[in-house]
Amino acid sequence: MNRARRSGLIYSAPMGLWLTLFFLVPLSIIVLYSFLKKGLYGGVEWQFTLNAYKEMFNPAFMRVLWRTLWVSVVATSITLLLALPCGYAMARSRHQIFWLALVIVPFWTNSLIRIYAWIAILSSEGFVNELLRSLGLIKESLSLIYNQGAVITVLVYVNIPFAILPLFTTIDKFDFQLLEAARDLGATKRKAIFSVLLPSIKSGVITALIFTFIPIFGAYTTPLLVGGKDSYMIGNIIVDQVTKTRNWPLASAFSLIITLLSTLGVVWMLVSSQQERVQNKRGVL
Amino acid sequence: MNRKKTKLKPTTLVTPPREVSPPRQQLFKDHRRLGFSNTVLVLVILFLFMPLFVVITYSFNASKGMRWTGFSLQWYYKLLFESRQLWKAFLNSFIIAITSSLVATFLGALAAVGIKWYRFKARSYIQIISFLPMILPEVIIGISMLIFFSAVKIPLGMFSIFVAHTTFNLPFVLLLVSARLDEFDFSIIEAARDLGATERQGLTKVIIPSIVPALLSSMLMAITMSLEDFVITFFVAGPGSTTLPLYVYSMIRYGVSPVVNALSLILVLAIMVMALTFRRFLKTIAASS
Repeated sequence: MNRARRSGLIYSAPMGLWLTLFFLVPLSIIVLYSFLKKGLYGGVEWQFTLNAYKEMFNPAFMRVLWRTLWVSVVATSITLLLALPCGYAMARSRHQIFWLALVIVPFWTNSLIRIYAWIAILSSEGFVNELLRSLGLIKESLSLIYNQGAVITVLVYVNIPFAILPLFTTIDKFDFQLLEAARDLGATKRKAIFSVLLPSIKSGVITALIFTFIPIFGAYTTPLLVGGKDSYMIGNIIVDQVTKTRNWPLASAFSLIITLLSTLGVVWMLVSSQQERVQNKRGVL
Repeated sequence: MNRKKTKLKPTTLVTPPREVSPPRQQLFKDHRRLGFSNTVLVLVILFLFMPLFVVITYSFNASKGMRWTGFSLQWYYKLLFESRQLWKAFLNSFIIAITSSLVATFLGALAAVGIKWYRFKARSYIQIISFLPMILPEVIIGISMLIFFSAVKIPLGMFSIFVAHTTFNLPFVLLLVSARLDEFDFSIIEAARDLGATERQGLTKVIIPSIVPALLSSMLMAITMSLEDFVITFFVAGPGSTTLPLYVYSMIRYGVSPVVNALSLILVLAIMVMALTFRRFLKTIAASS
């Protein structure tokens, strides 16, 4: 036993130390910095203050925060509504690997290239406008990019694989005979799906929800490249605070809020999958 | 799948698969339900590929913009022979991808063995700390690392990028290898030990050979994520350590660039080859992302 204890620690310690040093320590520095005074040229001065948190309530920031929340909710909902039928169809397909490859190939393609592709399509000299112009349908370019709609479209585009993959994995494990049983017992198609399928893939849905909502909430590149002046999101604010305004405490405070939000999400996810496991065990007994 | 089952064991008492004797109406309904989700799936796949397809098509355009003026390979010529900076950035990306994925796979796999098979005090601490980096937005990880590196005075450059990439790759390796170990029968190790194998022999002769596929797929995943990463690298890169995504960023910042169009085709082809080569692991990879 003693020996086993030691080996477990020996195996895991290198990774544990690495993550402590390069993940936990940096996060702790952020927590610390958020309570310090802003330095003149970036950095901080060692003086305790709550200024960063007071500055957060600046109405301009609150507007961005509000918009970020709104965009995230819309984009996540669209993503999940599209991803659920996809995961279902893939899980029931005989050609699972084929569909998986089709989802994974764009997913693995550099996200900048994928965002760039949308710029090439939507911009004023882009594919859509040139096509419509050459067909004689328009004279002036339509403004399809640098607005909220473009941001939401691209956010859905970039993040939908994050939702499809966990949904596919969970639905794939689902025993479809249960659906048939429900139907045999007289449930309608809709009822069978809503009261048999959905509850048993709940943990997959929550995973998909978190794995899309959090990256969207912290999005930086998409609003930067396809958004307009009024599509700035919280991620852009944080980066600007670090690189332009050089207000590290404020950037840290914003980061801390997002970190806490993400941690809550993770806890929710773990708790729900734990519950599911317990329920499944009970079901077996 | 159902059909196969019935062929193999025609006498078992499992619920008869629907194909055998479905009431006509139910069959119709089922068809429609699958029809709906299949339609969404096909549309989403088209949605995923459409932008790439457009960009790739225009990489063969004779002129610079998005108005089709004729077929030409000039942008490929430019990409291959007149883009020294880009290939230098690619080399940087490649070096970092290989080194960080090797280190991450080594550390992550070792930790997976420790966490799966042993109970020790720091176990849940390591589990939690390896979960958060996967979920945290990249901006936060990037900024915290930037602040960290500047606080401990590590200069930004290839080394800091390597550290950052190893860090965000570790959790995925841990997850993939743990999934493989779940299927592994611990009694094999006990048998080896009973037959006189030492702890180290158990690791090198039994465990490692049986998790080679998981190690390969983790490495593959780590390499892709490293090559792909823009946001975190953006913060921790220094002068002279431009990676491919950073270079692409500087090219697309101000609009359409035909060289990037040409690059897209090469990248998509490379990823297709990779997905095809590792098609056996796609399901495990899906389960971990």
